[in-house]
Amino acid sequence: MTAQTAERDLSAVIGLEVHVQLETDTKIFCGCSTDAADDEVPNSRVCPTCLGLPGALPVLNEGAVEAGVKVGKAIDAEIPEETSFHRKNYYYPDLPKNFQITQYDAPICADGELAFRVDGEERTVNIRRAHLEEDPGSLQHAGGSIDTADYTLVDYNRAGTPLMEIVTEPDFRGADEVRAFLAKLEEVLEYLGVFDASRDGSLRVDANLSIVDSKTLDGDDISAALEDANRTEVKNISSHRGAQQALAYEETRQKNAVRRGREVEQETRHWDESRGITVSMRSKEEEKDYRYFREADLPPLRVSGWKEEIAIPELPDARRERFRGEYDLSAESASKLTSTKQVADFYETVAAEFDSDLAATWVADNLLGELNYRDMQVTDVEGRLDEFTRLIDLVDGEAITTKNAEEVVLRRMLDDGLAPDAVVEAEGLGKTDDNAVLAAVREAIEENPDAVDDYESGEEGALNFLVGQVMQATSGSADPGTVNERLRAELDE
Amino acid sequence: MSSDTDAFITREEIDPTDEGPLSGRTVAVKDNISTAGVPTTCGSAMLADYVPPYDATVVERLKDAGARIVGKTNMDEFGMGTTTETSAFGPTDNPAAPGRVPGGSSGGSAAAVAAGEADLALGSDTGGSVRCPAAFCGVVGIKPTYGLVSRYGLVAYANSLEQIGPIAPTVQGAAELLEVIAGPDERDATTREHGAETAYASAADGDVDGLTIGVPTELVEGADEAVVEQFEAALEDFRVQGAETVEVSLPSVETAVQAYYVIAMGEASSNLARFDGVRYGPTAAATDDAEAGNWNDAFAAVREGFGEEVKRRILLGTYALSAGYHDKYYDKAQDARAWVRRDFAEAFETADVIASPTMPVPPFELGESLDDPLQMYLADANTVPVNLANLPAISVPAGETAEGPVGLQLVGEAFDERTIIRAASAVE
Ligand SMILES: [Zn+2]
Repeated sequence: MTAQTAERDLSAVIGLEVHVQLETDTKIFCGCSTDAADDEVPNSRVCPTCLGLPGALPVLNEGAVEAGVKVGKAIDAEIPEETSFHRKNYYYPDLPKNFQITQYDAPICADGELAFRVDGEERTVNIRRAHLEEDPGSLQHAGGSIDTADYTLVDYNRAGTPLMEIVTEPDFRGADEVRAFLAKLEEVLEYLGVFDASRDGSLRVDANLSIVDSKTLDGDDISAALEDANRTEVKNISSHRGAQQALAYEETRQKNAVRRGREVEQETRHWDESRGITVSMRSKEEEKDYRYFREADLPPLRVSGWKEEIAIPELPDARRERFRGEYDLSAESASKLTSTKQVADFYETVAAEFDSDLAATWVADNLLGELNYRDMQVTDVEGRLDEFTRLIDLVDGEAITTKNAEEVVLRRMLDDGLAPDAVVEAEGLGKTDDNAVLAAVREAIEENPDAVDDYESGEEGALNFLVGQVMQATSGSADPGTVNERLRAELDE
Repeated sequence: MSSDTDAFITREEIDPTDEGPLSGRTVAVKDNISTAGVPTTCGSAMLADYVPPYDATVVERLKDAGARIVGKTNMDEFGMGTTTETSAFGPTDNPAAPGRVPGGSSGGSAAAVAAGEADLALGSDTGGSVRCPAAFCGVVGIKPTYGLVSRYGLVAYANSLEQIGPIAPTVQGAAELLEVIAGPDERDATTREHGAETAYASAADGDVDGLTIGVPTELVEGADEAVVEQFEAALEDFRVQGAETVEVSLPSVETAVQAYYVIAMGEASSNLARFDGVRYGPTAAATDDAEAGNWNDAFAAVREGFGEEVKRRILLGTYALSAGYHDKYYDKAQDARAWVRRDFAEAFETADVIASPTMPVPPFELGESLDDPLQMYLADANTVPVNLANLPAISVPAGETAEGPVGLQLVGEAFDERTIIRAASAVE
């Protein structure tokens, strides 16, 4: 077998454990807020329970369970009759109790699936389970990394934030699929209103990757092939892009090893984002034993009726389809306009008032384009959406030109935080009335006899020059088409 | 007032916040129940300097009911013991049998009441820790139904088994204290509304006419002769007052001690994991390992600070939950627990309460049992089945042997504290 055929015959098999922070008002087992201010003082959002003080007890926040049920409905998972919690015992300095309350044999979701598109093809990945658990605190290594710090500080503000761990089957065959899946997963979670991607540390991914002979993937059961192959667990991935890079790197690294006849070591590796490589955690990982057992402080919760009782909003795929039909949008526009729930909601508000095409252009192209250019999200201007509606209103009523609306008003709205009318006023952009245009046209003709001569001798370019003069004189508030017409009329008289 | 018994670890008064049924009365509180601003050591060097920032729910309820708290009482370290001798702060003498242990683990609370140093006391009972010292010190102790009293603020030893319970010189006193601390608490999800009558004090009316008292042979057979003698006398007393005694069988209790210790130690290994030197216990010595960032070694060094009994239970509990042993020990113990529960349910088909000696032996001499943990564990044979079954039980004085007081244990159905209080009040 040559190296090249060997390369062609190898395939990556990837499974994911995705941790997402669930958006709830309070932590999962106490009444502390989950709302992290940017400049908050460490250990300011804590109480005896999330600090793990001796004697304090957890009380389940049913809002977190509700969020879990919503996810379950969205991924078409089974919701059990009763859900319960276990303790996962391990020692780590950020873990207040040195055990984590999590779910073990009765997770809130089991046997789901999620469809997504990659390279123009639809793929479906099976989700083995999704369970609820508490986030640990966070460590700050003073003066360097974990290895070089003089000392380490612990901040428990994050401790007790509700997490959902979503465990997929090993259904991925490449890093691109993983990236597309994560994007789709985030989209769905945001639509459900249970996730905020902009929050720091809201997504954390551990991935298992093995290399197997491609032929073994033909059958339904790949477990035998996976059994034979050593796998690595890649940790410390915190974005879609990071997942793609880390797994592409890992796939290449393992394939190279296999092609050279070397054994892939079964180990845990750390994704080093700045260097773009995975690094062995070195310390010989012994088989972890978390000594799971039932958390007696939390009685099992009956959730059998919850799936029927809890409503979830229209999900992105369905909404995309509806947009295409209801608003007669192209696939691309529909896709852009449903990229987040906020965008889609805003589009529908605008489309209810204006022509759906105009609304699509303004929301999908202008607004999203300018926001994207500034690295902003619709959520960053959530409170100002009525101002954008007003801007479209100004254009639609021909009070300002489209060009000015796009290039001046929208930009200053975003850059300077001004309301649209204020920009129009400050820049004097109100569309100039006919008399003013006529006056400017006559002035231009009077002051540019050479250009008039050129025009009369048949040089069309001279007309453009004169249009430019009029536009300048009216500070761009005149409509270029109208100016063109008036000039011709005056000159041809 | 004498303090010869060393019943307290911390003597500090906590004022009531209101007038109430306990106005004018003093209460001693076991040192594993959190008191805001007052040290709560659990009898451990690990928590010698720990001062909770919050009150346990029962402490709030005491203060609201007008009680004056007079101090925090001595106990076996983290509740792990039957003699109060595993306390890092030294042993407590038994006021009712000087030179002997007061029982445990709530030995300080029972001794304080027996010596008149407090009118009432709170203990906690994981496998007999209220009833055993009540029996040894000749006072009354109640282990409530699991879920009747909030555990919020009780430093956990084995959280699926334990309850805070009252200790008093009389059944009436214990019932009054129970009435104050019982009832649902939104901070403890295992407390619940149960629908049963909760006027406990008024139940202490001594009326046992027509009551059926079940006597499980299994809990009497192994007991000391002198203890059995007093127990039989108590049964005769019941019959004289119109109660009927019948034999019942609890075959499952044979495995109860083993099951209890597997479950309790398993839970303890997890509950006590947080004491790792990061926030509790002596600061990790600046070992080379700790400086190299190896916190596991730093944790291990700090955890050497636990007493021998605590270390033994953490190690055994960790073992029982480990892969490969989980099925063999922990899961089997849970099966045994379910079996004990079924046995009691069956016995309650014929009996209203179930009676046995609280402790099969009279109080040990101080120092006697320290080297023989197994002897100590077996002494819990009559009390632990009650915790496994989540049931209420009371220990009431029933005479004395030459070595000290004997306690009579009466077990009731879940949330039927009134019946055992009524029965106990007939023979005190
Ligand atoms: Zn909290």
